[in-house]
Amino acid sequence: MDSMTIIAVASIVTAGLTIATGSIGPALGEGRAVATALSSLAQQPDASATITRTLFVGLAMIESIAIYCFVVSMILIFANPFWNHVIAGAAQAAGK
Amino acid sequence: MRLSPDQMIFWQHGFLKLNGTIVFTWGLMLVLAIGSKLITRKLSTGMKRSRWQNLLEILVTGIGKQIEDVGLKHPEKYIGFLGTVFLFVALAALCTVIPGFEPPTGSLSTTAALALCVFVAVPLFGIEEQGLWSYLKSYAEPTVIMLPFNIISELSRTLALAVRLFGNMMSGVMIIGILLTITPFLFPIVMTVLGLLTGMVQAYIFSILAAVYIAAAARTRKPKPEPAPEI
Repeated sequence: MDSMTIIAVASIVTAGLTIATGSIGPALGEGRAVATALSSLAQQPDASATITRTLFVGLAMIESIAIYCFVVSMILIFANPFWNHVIAGAAQAAGK
Repeated sequence: MRLSPDQMIFWQHGFLKLNGTIVFTWGLMLVLAIGSKLITRKLSTGMKRSRWQNLLEILVTGIGKQIEDVGLKHPEKYIGFLGTVFLFVALAALCTVIPGFEPPTGSLSTTAALALCVFVAVPLFGIEEQGLWSYLKSYAEPTVIMLPFNIISELSRTLALAVRLFGNMMSGVMIIGILLTITPFLFPIVMTVLGLLTGMVQAYIFSILAAVYIAAAARTRKPKPEPAPEI
């Protein structure tokens, strides 16, 4: 396998694995957060505004981790610098 | 596959490029500024007011109450900055229903600019509340060993704000684009509604996080003198 194939395979496989494993942790964390928020809402319904706002802020922080993984896999698929470099080299070699 | 509105070029002249991000940002700014100017031309303080004035009053009092809930005692000092950030991001998310419009917050430049505004605003408000020396001392707050960690946490909070908003907006646009090539009619509409919901939630999150950071910086740390207990 030449280097172009290796770079392509590595990028595709890594992109898939990144988003797959990167979504597990945040999903579990968000589930626990919402479950705890629901039980505390049931215990104290008059604090619902504070609980809801804190829940949303916490969910956003947890979600950020999944967003980081998503951004990395998007970069690997669409804006991959190694692939661009290799493609430019191949175009130059074909043009000579 | 277009990754961001940066790649929609409307006009180019050598070095200067007029791309989609700039055009849509200026469009949103014009809508917000001209809309508010038109609505506030004839304000009425009585019971009878126009519904647009009602809408603006709901927005202003709602945002002011949220700022106060976070812990900032005088919301009128902060509502200019925080309210503008919220309205800009929320309107950018809402306008995705207009065909042909791509939210400018789907480009890392816009979200990085907004996060840099928050990064500059937090020390500004903190110094205004506490004074320069007291604010700088707060970086060494539990012990002096925490000084580099506090500085790193400031920088990483800013980065997280930018990437969170960018990731959410870009993913919404991209999922709709991908789905349009697969199932043209029903599914993209459902995903557009989901994109609207996440857009509004992200607008709220961005401004609430900015308010929380400003509240943490503006918290006065001098302990108030306790009144002597009555015997």
